[in-house]
Amino acid sequence: MKVVEKYHAITVDTDKCTGCTHCMKACPTEAIRIRGGVANINSDRCVDCGNCLRACPVDAFYVEHDSLEQLNKYKYRVVLFPAVMIGQFPEIYTEGKIYEALLKLGFTHIFEVEQPIGMLINEIKREVEKSTRKPMISSFCPAIVRLIQSRYPSLVDNIVPVKAPHDLAACHAIELLAKQGVKREEIGTFYVSPCSAKMAAVKRPLGEEVSAVDGLIKMSDLYNHIMRVIDKEEKTDTAPLRKNLTLDGILWSLPRGEARHFKRNSMAVDGIHNVVKILERMENDEVPVLDFLELKSCHQGCAGGILLTGNRFLTVERLQKRSKRYPHASSIDISAVSCLGIKDKMKANPIEPRYVFALDTDRLKALEKMQKVDRILCQLPGIDCGSCGAPNCHALAEDMVQGKAKMTDCIFLQNRYLNENKINIEKATKNLEKAWGKNRFDADCNRRGGRNEGF
Amino acid sequence: MKLEFDIASGDFSKAGRASSRIKKMLKQLQVDPKVIKRIVVAIYEAEVNVVAHSVGGKMLAEIDGTGITVVVQDNGPGIEDIEKAMQEGYSTATKAVRNMGFGAGMGLPNINRNTDEFTIESEVGEGTVLTFRNNF
Repeated sequence: MKVVEKYHAITVDTDKCTGCTHCMKACPTEAIRIRGGVANINSDRCVDCGNCLRACPVDAFYVEHDSLEQLNKYKYRVVLFPAVMIGQFPEIYTEGKIYEALLKLGFTHIFEVEQPIGMLINEIKREVEKSTRKPMISSFCPAIVRLIQSRYPSLVDNIVPVKAPHDLAACHAIELLAKQGVKREEIGTFYVSPCSAKMAAVKRPLGEEVSAVDGLIKMSDLYNHIMRVIDKEEKTDTAPLRKNLTLDGILWSLPRGEARHFKRNSMAVDGIHNVVKILERMENDEVPVLDFLELKSCHQGCAGGILLTGNRFLTVERLQKRSKRYPHASSIDISAVSCLGIKDKMKANPIEPRYVFALDTDRLKALEKMQKVDRILCQLPGIDCGSCGAPNCHALAEDMVQGKAKMTDCIFLQNRYLNENKINIEKATKNLEKAWGKNRFDADCNRRGGRNEGF
Repeated sequence: MKLEFDIASGDFSKAGRASSRIKKMLKQLQVDPKVIKRIVVAIYEAEVNVVAHSVGGKMLAEIDGTGITVVVQDNGPGIEDIEKAMQEGYSTATKAVRNMGFGAGMGLPNINRNTDEFTIESEVGEGTVLTFRNNF
């Protein structure tokens, strides 16, 4: 098997980060530590869910993306966006006006990614029917797929091996243009992402080496661009561009958008911490026998995506209203949106478990380390303060047995060692500076974190 | 590595603590997920049994390099007919317990099915001791 380097969408802007620990506490996989006064992401553990972005009070997390200037490089400029984008605009901006604005921004082709949803629904139903493992879990949300790979390896075979709409969108757009005789190198495909997880997934699709997407645009950026050029009057009829859009497509990324196709034999859970609880239970066989489990990392599904501008509940409301104006997927002629080799394209590559939480690949060594963790824990205060730069005492103990931290990183232990004359004050100060940076504890409003107003 | 868990009678919200903790540890030992699943199901069923049927008890688990041994002991009331209790669908659970979604008579058979070694000893008025082992 070829090992593809893990790509991450999220990086830390070390100039902005104040090391406030909010992200560290919010991370569902304990992937963040504070080192040198700033957040540090362990890329093996990160699932790109974006909870750190949400928790950050100073916008220190940066999502790698492209600017609209990239459009100039291509003759044909295709914008691929999920239907939630329309939902975040206030009602006075009709979808026609939004489409017009996109043309004005320089795109030549507009493509809502949920257009081939009818095909996906059929494929997912086929896979669920075929599988002996129940319930089957949706592969729609890339953060959830990654979470299962690392934290719930026993459940990887329950993931429906079908790709999500965003995986197919570019392929579709390219083939539709190819039918008109356009060459690949003349086409620039730009995916507009509602979240960091999809940024990472589109850039490096599961198991694939080259992405069909040429540029990644943050939905929040595009929102601002559209608001700049959007007209009060609708001048041209852009409705034909939406002729393959369906009610089912528009609802797909919202809570129960997928699950509703399995009626009552399904369940939908949103919010990654809620998902964790359900997956824990599923591992214990404590979930009733269902056919399909829809799991989405963000509350209110993609309407709650970290890169959306609008309020998530208003977005859901608008999309539900919008969907009623469109036909059901079953009434659309699938061949109109079909493209060559779509059957192969829909199949996801095998999803492998990733044992990133193992203490050691050698089981005896791992057992030894585990016992050591237990002994260390007796020494630690157990108040999970985060002052050591780890999210809780247990995580610190694990870092210690992995050689990534020391006993003296705990400020309470340090205090004890000082009292027992085991270390001197200079050493203690140096230890603190290692986690928090130099001069971090000076009385100075302008030092890093000096103006942190908290929540 | 030895672990001990107290299991209180009647408190279903706490059933699952031991299995969650042990599950996390086995993952850190990189035990095959399929093996973990069997162990976790067995431990969870045993926990629920103590909560639902007994006056309380405890669980002792010992993890070594090749497997895990679990001993679950309660302080009564004991099982009258072990052979019957081992049959699928046989249950002495009260209506209240059944209403909570437990007591379907699958507990002991499920433990038996999901473990490599399994013994059960019980004395009416004294208590029940389950011992089971799964190899990694």
